[in-house]
Amino acid sequence: MINLRDKGASVWENWSPPARSSFVLIVITLVALLPYAGDFGPTSFLNTPISSYQAVLVYPIALFVLMGLGLNIVVGKSGLLDLGYVAFFAIGAYTMGIMGTMTSLNTWEILPFGIFFAMLAGLLLGLPALRLRGDYLAIVTLGFGEIVRIIALNLEVTGGPNGVVGVPTPPPILGQKFELDDHKAYFWVILIMILLVIWMVRRFTVRRPGRAWEAIRQDEDVAALMGVNLLIYKLWSFTIGAAVGGAGGVIYASKTMFIAPDMFTFNTSILVLACIVFGGLGNIWGVILGASILAYLPERIRFISNARQLVFGLVLLIIMNVRPDGLLPRKKREKILQKAVK
Amino acid sequence: MNLQVLESQFWSLCLQGLALGFIYVLISLGYTMVYGVLRLINFANSEVFMVGTFATVVAQVGILQNQTDAQPLNGFRLIYTLTFALVFSMLICGFLGILVELVAYRRLRALGAKPLGFLISAIATSIVLLETTRILTFSRPQTSPRLLDKWSFGEFAGANFRIDTVMVIISGIVIFFTLDRFVTKTRLGKAIRAVSMSEEISKLMGINLNRVVSLTFFIGGLTTGAAAFFYTTVYETTQFNVGFNLGLAAFTTAVLGGIGNLRGAFYGGLFLGVLEQFASAILGSQWKSVTVFTVLVLVLLLKPNGIFGEAVQQTRT
Repeated sequence: MINLRDKGASVWENWSPPARSSFVLIVITLVALLPYAGDFGPTSFLNTPISSYQAVLVYPIALFVLMGLGLNIVVGKSGLLDLGYVAFFAIGAYTMGIMGTMTSLNTWEILPFGIFFAMLAGLLLGLPALRLRGDYLAIVTLGFGEIVRIIALNLEVTGGPNGVVGVPTPPPILGQKFELDDHKAYFWVILIMILLVIWMVRRFTVRRPGRAWEAIRQDEDVAALMGVNLLIYKLWSFTIGAAVGGAGGVIYASKTMFIAPDMFTFNTSILVLACIVFGGLGNIWGVILGASILAYLPERIRFISNARQLVFGLVLLIIMNVRPDGLLPRKKREKILQKAVK
Repeated sequence: MNLQVLESQFWSLCLQGLALGFIYVLISLGYTMVYGVLRLINFANSEVFMVGTFATVVAQVGILQNQTDAQPLNGFRLIYTLTFALVFSMLICGFLGILVELVAYRRLRALGAKPLGFLISAIATSIVLLETTRILTFSRPQTSPRLLDKWSFGEFAGANFRIDTVMVIISGIVIFFTLDRFVTKTRLGKAIRAVSMSEEISKLMGINLNRVVSLTFFIGGLTTGAAAFFYTTVYETTQFNVGFNLGLAAFTTAVLGGIGNLRGAFYGGLFLGVLEQFASAILGSQWKSVTVFTVLVLVLLLKPNGIFGEAVQQTRT
């Protein structure tokens, strides 16, 4: 089978720097124009029946891409199976909900707090949990995700099952207003965040943390022997992933203006994980592709309303059987390494 | 905080906890057996359980033609109905387990996929099972007829020994030790243990790997089906989303005792069942799962491989 990832990489490597930057600019512009694609003739097939196309573009698609990229740092880059990623999203959303309704701070001022609290939670969870191995880490993170939801369900400050109502929308930036029925602005904000995360992940990958994560993912014992401080680098991976989730949560709360505990169930964690495994674990472009498809598909096939989750499950199952490493698997370099070992 | 219940209801809570614990034990065997052999989490097991609860209702209402509001049965008819429902549910779940393996695992194993690939395909299978059941039952809860008259053996030390509680505990012990004997004493059990030690070497020893894996899923399904029967008999109602919470608790059970370890799952399940009962009595039922997970984290911190360590086999290289 053709490996799209390697094909793409080889084409990319043969391009000159100006060609590369103009290509990137064109792609970013095209993506930024996506909210208009639903009205534009040739691309109107993208339009989602029943739910508003522009709303779908923000949530789930853009936010799932963002969360997928964040979770990819944890699961894809450093191989730590996190089944409770939605907890960080929830913490970001509740930070926005509570601080937004109780203080006079606006969304952009709360954003750092949301990121901070998510990172703090990541640190508090990570310190005990990251000493555990693979599947035990999975169940502990899963439990953490449930605990955050249950706490939100039972505390008064979070509004219990009713959640937080009337979360303020962000103030305008550069004259662009954020209104309830205008989803374009949110899409662009999240797009900028996605680009920042991509840039961050790419920088990390080629530097010391990235190499440490790669080593940890391939073999923890060998990494420790080579002098990688396991706990520190796992914690970094965990908290950075948490920060991305928290940032997504803040924007989400600010956009929907209403949050409740049942928005942050285990299913969301699983769906985000499915996105990145489906797209190609550890590969940014695969994650983006996977998250876009899996978030978009249920909305596109909404006309078969009752069976759409069933079709979703079947598609996921078939694709996993055909391409178990995801649509765009990791680089070939690693495969060559694996062959050499065998 | 309500510490008084510790005095007044101590034994009662213990008894209910044990009954719940045995249901957890039986479901968790579906996780633990598969993990022992494949080192993979069988995420679809919770939905196998869910299908089992419906299979029980189908056996009682659909096949044996008992009305949903039927009077409790007695004598031979009662034993026959319960046994039939139990066996039916176990077989349905057992074959469903084999089917899950065929659909979600076999091809991925042949392709040499990474563990996360299996996780997602198992989750996809559970979505398919869940959604199919949801559509077929119109998202409505289904009550099961009270065929077993729930009389009590009497109270001892404040605990009410009801017939269904006692039945769950006794059958749980019987099923568990039968399985334990099977894995430790029989030829097929030996094959399972061999595969869990090393896939490659057991292949060299002439063990049919695919058959052993199918067998493991079948056995896991059988015990899960038994758990589904007991759950339906005790709680008398089921719904398409019943699997999630019980599956989660059963998975926790498996991890608590040391995933892959049968006896670990046994003690882990009982511990978890009793702990849940006490937590909901003392702190209120909304904090039940928080307590459970906190205890789980503490246990794992002290014993990183679960209370009784890992794996079906005794030693590991």
